[in-house]
Order: sequence, then structure tokens, then C-alpha cells
Amino acid sequence: MTPEFGHFALALALALALVQSVLPILGAARGNLMWMRSARALSVAQLLFVGLAFAALMRAFVVSDFTVLNVAENSHSLKPMLYKVAATWGSHEGSLLLWVLILTAFGAAVSFFGSNIPEPLKARTLSVQAWISVGFLSFMLLTSNPFERLFPPPIDGNDLNPLLQDVGLAMHPPLLYLGYVGFSIVFSFAVAALLEGRIDTAWARWVRPWTLAAWMSLTAGIALGSWWAYYELGWGGWWFWDPVENVSFMPWLLGTALLHSAIVTEKRDAFKSWTILLAILTFSLSLLGTFVVRSGLLTSVHAFAVDPERGLYILMLLALSIGGSLALFAWRAPMMEAGGLFKPVSREAGLLVNNLILAAATGTVLFGTLYPLFLEAVTGDKISVGPPFFNASFIPMMLPLVFVMGLGPYLSWKRADLAGVFQRLRFVAILSVLGVLAIWYMTMGGPVLAYLSILLAIWLFLATLREWALRIRLFDVPFKEALRRARNLPRATHGMTMAHAGLAVAIFGFVGSSAWKSEQVVFVGPGSNIFIAGFDVTFEGVQRLSGPNYFADRGTLVVRRDGEIVTMLYPERRTFPVAQSSTTESAIRSTLAGDLYASIAAPASEDAEESGAWTLRILYEPLVNFIWIGSFMLVLGGGLSLSDRRLRVGAPRRRTIDATTSVPAE
Amino acid sequence: MKRILAFAPLVIAVIFGGFFLWGLNPNRDPSEIPSVLIEQPAPEFELAAVEGLETPGLSRADLTGHDRPIVLNVFASWCVPCRAEHTVLTNLVERDGIRLFGINYKDKPKDAVRWLANLGNPYERIGSDLNGRIGIEWGISGVPESFIIGTDGTVLFRYVGPVVGDEAIAKFREALTQAGALEERNS
Repeated sequence: MTPEFGHFALALALALALVQSVLPILGAARGNLMWMRSARALSVAQLLFVGLAFAALMRAFVVSDFTVLNVAENSHSLKPMLYKVAATWGSHEGSLLLWVLILTAFGAAVSFFGSNIPEPLKARTLSVQAWISVGFLSFMLLTSNPFERLFPPPIDGNDLNPLLQDVGLAMHPPLLYLGYVGFSIVFSFAVAALLEGRIDTAWARWVRPWTLAAWMSLTAGIALGSWWAYYELGWGGWWFWDPVENVSFMPWLLGTALLHSAIVTEKRDAFKSWTILLAILTFSLSLLGTFVVRSGLLTSVHAFAVDPERGLYILMLLALSIGGSLALFAWRAPMMEAGGLFKPVSREAGLLVNNLILAAATGTVLFGTLYPLFLEAVTGDKISVGPPFFNASFIPMMLPLVFVMGLGPYLSWKRADLAGVFQRLRFVAILSVLGVLAIWYMTMGGPVLAYLSILLAIWLFLATLREWALRIRLFDVPFKEALRRARNLPRATHGMTMAHAGLAVAIFGFVGSSAWKSEQVVFVGPGSNIFIAGFDVTFEGVQRLSGPNYFADRGTLVVRRDGEIVTMLYPERRTFPVAQSSTTESAIRSTLAGDLYASIAAPASEDAEESGAWTLRILYEPLVNFIWIGSFMLVLGGGLSLSDRRLRVGAPRRRTIDATTSVPAE
Repeated sequence: MKRILAFAPLVIAVIFGGFFLWGLNPNRDPSEIPSVLIEQPAPEFELAAVEGLETPGLSRADLTGHDRPIVLNVFASWCVPCRAEHTVLTNLVERDGIRLFGINYKDKPKDAVRWLANLGNPYERIGSDLNGRIGIEWGISGVPESFIIGTDGTVLFRYVGPVVGDEAIAKFREALTQAGALEERNS
């Protein structure tokens, strides 16, 4: 009964979304406050019904109701409870439901927390948000019903994929979607502003917290996915430039650009049409991601089961939303008056460089991701674009950005004094060069690009800290006074310092773990010795152990340095007989300096059990943990900025149309 | 100028949309790897029979000169999908009269013999590719793979992976019909 109930709730949500997509926007056009305010109840009710549908599906997974096709295909009664719950969003249908849940949640959140936003803008925004809801709810009801029944029901479910039974992976889609779909509300704000024909500094201030929230979730989601790949896949890699990774990375890049250009719009009333365009394009790239993952357009390891029918429907949604919003942009953008003027050396100019580089980088990733499709369409040739392309094009493009990031916070609005800035950064520059020379002395050899990246990372880190120290006049005034100044600084400023420093930390990780990684793949038998990165690793042999629903071949490795035992590593290869698959449980000795990472793969030959020979992959990845620390700092920086009082209080309300004052509150 | 610039994103989006629409063509499979061997003569090779099996060995000469195109299947006893595919191939031999030749890929002879004894042996000839050298000549990416070879030794079609499931069988059967590899029966 509950599945039908869930299905019915979805249909009701669609009906509500249809009303919400018309009534508030009509109210805004006619100045009817009642109609405008209907958006609040409608969006909350819509969230409620989608939430009920989601709960109904989750219940079906929790109780293993195999009469529901989706449950039978994607769950199994023997799965641990956590993964039964996570399986709710593991399939195409379920993840789409999560998508819509987050979409409606953002709509409801705006109507709930957006009390400082003028009614007409809010009404239009929520109507636009409802248009997206209508598109995806109808898509779900027409082509991908998650509550499809199955008769007769099977004895047990189909899926026990042990590789996907991981906490990191269970949490990865919700966070990623929170970011992906979170940009929908920014898109709705942009379209509403275009419809209204007015973008000003207040608009930018209202949009910023939503952009920040989406950006934080996306950052956390991407980092978590990359962390999972690193720990679980047994390759020791954390980024593969796979199409599906790229489609999550592109909204992040453009969202980062949006975050910064919105600052210029907020503070200086400039970059208005550019900010609007970024808001539209960021969500368009999220939609593109949804399309690529679900249509089978490109080959990827992540893709869902492919159905061209569904692909066509999503493409139609894309054409309507992206095509429609960009057409509106083409019509309205030229009418927007230019805002504050600025000199070529100013904070505005610095942020412009930031935006240009981020946009160009997004374009590069987009082109590289879709190039196989373009080439196949034009010439029929099939190729794949992999890491060499992205590493050669993307990384050099990012380096100037890191340089400007160090400078940016020192520049003042309108017109800055470059000579003065360099004067203040003299010591930072000298220290960075000394630092990279020291690292060069320690490593003795490595790609030039790696040293350049390290140089810029040190530069960014020190410049960011120095800027923060200058602000609170650390060392200039007594420590207590500096502390008081730090407390009085807006949280957004702390947030920026934290996020910029976080990126510098992450760059150390990126560079260290790729440029100075040592890797050995060897056949080993009991007693074999491997030397790697100053460690002497002895393979003692493999034991057969049994787990709850698997058996494991566990290798024992003794790690010594200078003759002293440092640690023992126990990499496992687990075989799950019921699911007929196996996973690699790598063993990692994790320190801040680097990870020693060992995994055993399939036996070296088919009669390994007799000979005891195994394939051992052993890696040393210097500084790899800096990636996760840096990512965490990025998210934390976003959080600090989001908690800034300025964003919560907002601009004073303006009387935009007479209706707002003449109609009494309900 | 500003007006034209404002239209640029829309124009680019429309171009992208056009490519996407093309990409959705249901007959297009982005993961399909075209074989460089298609339309090319099959590589030269000579393989001994599987030790302990009565079925004779296989060389390139055995593939040519038949009355119709033949199917060459690369299989191994350690490959689970091959077991599923085996039934399909047996049916094709028994009901449709295809002529089936095999390459036993990186397999221990005693395992292969046991496997064929259990499941039946639909192959006319089987070459034993113990070290996988001939697999490289054929450019196989895994087991199983099937090729359709013309009477003059030209490779007509390559199928990567097991021919299992309605869709795969239909695709393979269509290729067989096109090549004329099915037995003509008067019905």
C-alpha cells in the first residue's frame, strides 16, 4: 500500500508544482499579494509530498519489499541496514527522487528563510523553481516511476555489490546533489531577476548565501567521492578525469566563479549581466551532468542503466530550461546598465581575472569531456580523452589563478596601488622562493611544473595568512588587541582566509601525491622484499580468513625503516560468494608526510594457492592527506562566510510596488 | 555588439544541443570498440589441439574455404560468462547450423577438457592458445569474443563479450544473417 501512497504523493506534488509555476508569478505581474504569497504554502506542501514519497520508497527498502521493482533490483535482504537505506538513492529512479526532494527543499527554504527578499522577486523565483519541479516530477512519473510493482515478487533482491557498500559512497550522492541541485535556486533567482528586469546590489546579497550553501555541499560531495575512490578502489588515485567526475567538477568551477562575481555585484554594482549568466550556466552544467549520467551519451564507469527514451526527455527539459533562460538573457541582458567603474589595477580587475580563468578552465574541461562525442559525430572516429589532455591544459591554466589569488585580497576596490601591494608581499615572495628551494633540495628532481605549483602554493598560503595578520595588526599591536580585532572582523573575511589557505593546502596534496608518488607492482611470495620511498617492506604471506558474508585473503606486510619495524600492513582481498564479486581492501599507513598504501590484487597466476605468489601493489603518496585537509578547509571557509551576520540581516526592505503595503497580511 | 554578445551563449547551447540529439541515437554505443581487423584478412596462426581432447587443432587455413562464413569463438574454462554463452553457441550450431571454431585462451588443458566434457563440445576445431600469443594477434580485449570470418579469410564481424541475452543474440544473429553464415534450410 505505501508504494502506491508514495506514487500518489508524487502526483499531488506535481499538481502543486503546476499551480506554483503559474499563480505566484502571475501575482507578481499583477501586483496581487495574495497570489504572490501562495508560493509559500505551495512550496512547503510540495516539499511535504515529495518528502512523503521519498519516505515511502525508503520504507520499501528498509523492509525489503521486493514487490517493488526498484527494491528488487537494487537491494538484498542480507545487506546491512545502512546500505539498504542508502540504496534508496542508488538507482536511477531513486536518485531522481532525491534530486527532486532537494529541489523542492531549496524552494521551501527560500520561502521560509527568505523573509528579507521582496515579495515579487520571491514569488517569481519560486515560480521558476516550480517550473523545474514540473519538468522533473513529470519526467519521473512518465518515464521513471520508482514505485513500479513487480509480480510475482522474487525471493530475494538482486544487488549486493560489495564495492558500493561503503559509508563514504553512501553519503557521496546526497552531498553532491545538495550542491548540484542547490544551484537551481540561484538559477531561479537569476531568471526571476531577468523577468523583473532589475539586478542590483541587494539581489546579489540575497543570492549569495544560497550560492555558498550549494558550493559548500558540492565541494564536500566531490571531496568525499574522491576520498572513496582513493581508499576503496585500490589504485591509489584520487581523480581520474572520468566524464562523470568532470560533470560534477564543472559546476564547481563555475560556481566558484559565481561566488566571486556576485561579490563584485554586491559591493560595486558591476558585472551584473555576467553574474546572471554565471548563475544560469552553473545550473545548466548541473543539468548537463544529470543528462550525461542518465542518457548513455558518453562512456563512464559511473553511469546508470541507459535508456535513450529517458535521455530524450531530459534533453527536452534541457532545451526548455537552458535554451529558455539563455534566450531570456539574450533579450534582457543588453538593457542592464553598467555598474561601478574601475581601474585595470583594482580588486574588481583581480576578480575579473579570477572569473575569466575559471570560465576558461570550465570551457576546457567541458570541451575535453565532450570532444569524443563531437569527433564521433563529425568524423565517425572514436577516441577517448584522458588525464594527459586535462593535466596538460587544465593545470597550467590554474597556476596564474593561484598567483592572482595571493594578490587579490590586498587590492582595494576601484583603484589599487600595485607597487604598494608588492612592497607588502616582498617577504612572502622571498620566503616562497626559499621554501621551494628547500623542497627542491630535499626531493632532488621532479617535473618543473611541480616545483612551480609548489612555489605558488607556498605563495598563496603565506600571502593569505599575511593579509589576515595585517588586518588584525598581529605583532603590531598587543596580542589582546589583535585578538579583539580578529573577533570584530566579519566572519566572511575569516571564511575567505580559511578557504584560500585551504586551496593552498590542497595544492600541496595534489602536487605531492602526483609528482613524487612512488609505485611498484610486483609478484611476491613469502619472504619477498620491496624497497620503496625509504621503507623496506617484507611480504610474510597470505592467510585465508572468513568474514560474515565473505572470505578474505589477508596479506601480512612488515614495514621497516632503518632496520626498525615501523608498522604492519594487512591488505585484504575479499571474495563475496553470493554476489560473485570481490573487493580490494587496501592497507594504509597514513601520516601527514604521506601514505604508504598496499593492496593485493588477484593471484599472480592461477595456481597461486599452491605457489603462494601474489600481485602486490605498493605505493607511497607524499602529502596526499593534505588534499582532504584542504578540502575540509574550503568547506569550513564557506561555512564561516555563510554564518556572517551581514547575510542574515540583509538589506532593508524596499517598497517596490504599492500592493505590498495596501493588502493586509493573511 | 553587446546585443550580439548576449546571444553567444544561446547559440553555443543550441550547437551543443544538436550534438546531444545526435548522440542519443539508440543504435550508437559509445563503449563499442571497432576492431581494426574488420574487412582485413585474418591473422596467420597455427595452434595445436588441446591436450587430451580429440578435437583437432586450428590454423588460419582451417578457417577458409568453407561453403559459408564461419564463427571463431575465443573462450576459456575459467571465464564465467563463457559458460553462459556456451548454451547460446551450442543452439546456434544445432538449430541454425553455424560452423563454430574455437580458440581456447590461456587455459589449462585438463580444465578445458573437463569443461567441454561437462557442457558439450560444439566446436569443429579448437586451437590451444596457452600463452595468449595468438589472442594478441587477434587483438582481443577479454574473453569471450567472437568473430565471423568470410570464406576467403576476411574478418567480417567482431563481437566483444558474451553473446547472452535477447539483445545480444539478436545483434549477433543479424550479423550472421548478413554474412550468410546461417545454414540455408528449405522450410
